[in-house]
Amino acid sequence: MTRARNADAGAKAPAPTSETWELRLYVTGRSPSCLRAIENLRLACEQHLAGRHRIELVDLLENPSRAADDQILAVPTLVRQYPPPIRKIVGDLSDTDRLLAGLQLQTRKGEVM
Amino acid sequence: MAEPISAEAEAAVGPLLPKAPTGIRGLDEITRGGLPYGRSTLVTGGTGSGKTLLGLHFLVAGAREHGEPGVLVTFEESAEKVSANVASLGFDLDELQRDHLLVVHALRVNPSELVETGEFDLEPLFLLLGDTIERIGAKRVMLDTVELLFSAFQEQAIVRAELGRLFRWLEDRAITAIVTGERGDSGLTRHGIEEYVSDCVIVLDHRIHDEISTRRLRVVKYRGSAHETNEYPFLISAHGFVVLPITSVALDYGAPEERISSGVARLDHMLAGGLFRGSTVLVSGTAGTGKTTLGANLINSACARGERALLVLFEESPDQVIRNMLSVGLDLRRWVEAGLLRMWAARPTAFGFEAHLAILARLVEEVTPSVAVLDGLASLAHGPTGPEVTSMVARQIDLFKASGITALATTLAHDETSAAGMSSLVDTWLLLRNVESNGERNRLLFVLKSRGSAHSNQVREFVLTDRGVQLVDVYAGPDGVVTGSARLVQEAQQRRADLQQAEDLSRRRRELRRSIVEGEAKFAVLQDEVAADRAELERIAGREQRQAADAEADRSALASQRWADSAPRDEAPRDAGGQR
Repeated sequence: MTRARNADAGAKAPAPTSETWELRLYVTGRSPSCLRAIENLRLACEQHLAGRHRIELVDLLENPSRAADDQILAVPTLVRQYPPPIRKIVGDLSDTDRLLAGLQLQTRKGEVM
Repeated sequence: MAEPISAEAEAAVGPLLPKAPTGIRGLDEITRGGLPYGRSTLVTGGTGSGKTLLGLHFLVAGAREHGEPGVLVTFEESAEKVSANVASLGFDLDELQRDHLLVVHALRVNPSELVETGEFDLEPLFLLLGDTIERIGAKRVMLDTVELLFSAFQEQAIVRAELGRLFRWLEDRAITAIVTGERGDSGLTRHGIEEYVSDCVIVLDHRIHDEISTRRLRVVKYRGSAHETNEYPFLISAHGFVVLPITSVALDYGAPEERISSGVARLDHMLAGGLFRGSTVLVSGTAGTGKTTLGANLINSACARGERALLVLFEESPDQVIRNMLSVGLDLRRWVEAGLLRMWAARPTAFGFEAHLAILARLVEEVTPSVAVLDGLASLAHGPTGPEVTSMVARQIDLFKASGITALATTLAHDETSAAGMSSLVDTWLLLRNVESNGERNRLLFVLKSRGSAHSNQVREFVLTDRGVQLVDVYAGPDGVVTGSARLVQEAQQRRADLQQAEDLSRRRRELRRSIVEGEAKFAVLQDEVAADRAELERIAGREQRQAADAEADRSALASQRWADSAPRDEAPRDAGGQR
């Protein structure tokens, strides 16, 4: 978290495409790890996908059967719906490096940070 | 054999623990009623050992028969694939799902498209399960294979914690659950699931020995309940999952006094009246000695009495046997058509031993025969021999004995010792042997043993004719028993010798008769001579008397002339008396 917050000049990092990224975050209510994931994702997107991302929050508490429909076993799970291919990132997204790698936002090592 | 568990021990623990029947024949017997109700049971085994099927059977039985809807969560396959896989076993999952008796959730995780960063939990699984359980009122849950979660996520500690929580969660909801696990190298499961599921553990095994697979099931642990601890064979068939607790059969079957015919009258005589009903007969012999024919005769006589029979063929097809038996005058087809005879044929290699046993058990149940013939047991021994075969044969025999079935098993054996392992299992042992002499082979039949019955110690020649089986006396010659055409020669010689002897006797009789006649004739001649002599003698005596009288008269005349006294008159009769 601190690392993400301290990152500076990250907004300059190039994105693979200029289109809008569609991200979906599955959570179960307001559990601590889910709240952390929401915050971490928000920060990362502000830094690396500013203005070209859309985040959809899916609360499985409200619709448990979506777990089966969307094949979600763990929460929090972040799914990159667009651009393809679909990527899934499980956890509270506290490790920004792994998050960016998982989203394939990090095209070259060091460039993002 | 099964360890004896007394009825008292069962009663002491039985009622305390409510059980959920699995609907699997045999398993409910082994576990004395089913799986622990409201608890989780671990079913572990290697790939393809039947874990999923066991669980599905449990779910389907619950939904169909016990009013307990179920939820299947599979981490392995898609829901469609699960349905398709079990449709061949007669389980219509789609129908059950339409009736809201079963819900299948497929949750597949592909580790390659998954990145982990930071803490997570498996709450979606809980939510999904909780939602489904509530919706259909589920009482049974199956998680298949829960171990895949360990490979799906890198944070093993989280998976462990979540699994522990899941089992407690299920228990709190009084859900009877089956959790499947992969058999590990060191423990019961690869990831030590048995730590969490401590109430009941069932291990499935799928061994392949010499290319023949054998499935076995064992209840390793069942907390708070008596259970059988042996390994039991099980079968996955068109009728679902069947466990055979056959080794639990005790030696407590009855021993009827009734005798039934073996179908060969002479053999019945050798066995002092036939086979005991419910006894087991082993017919061993070399190739082509007529073992199958003996079995067919037993079946023929049973069907002729109106009893049902079962013929299990390991070497030939039913049609082939029907044709072959016609050549020795046995029409088996009419019994098949009359519904009295059920023939079942399978290559021994088609199934494992246990599968054979299971099929046999089902056939016995379906046909309820009074006579069963297993033809070609030795074929089962192709490959794995020794204790495994003996054990299987023992179980088959137990199965028959427990059902009061008279069984005849034929086996290929070259001498008395090669089938000796089975000897203690059978009641009557007939040995068929080929004897080669004079450029031909002939069949001999011996009764090696026959329990509880007098039996002939004689060797008989076993002759197959187009009118059936005949047992013929053999001749013991200087070079051993004589059979076949040598026997015919021997018989001819014997006939000749008999004829010769008869001729000799009649000649002697004629001689004696003639001799008697001659003797009698001589005797008559002698009698005539005697009579003649006697007559002559009397004539002489008469003449003497007359002469004496004449002399007396002369002397009297002379004396009267001379005036002599009469004193000398006494001498003449005295002389005549002395001569007689």
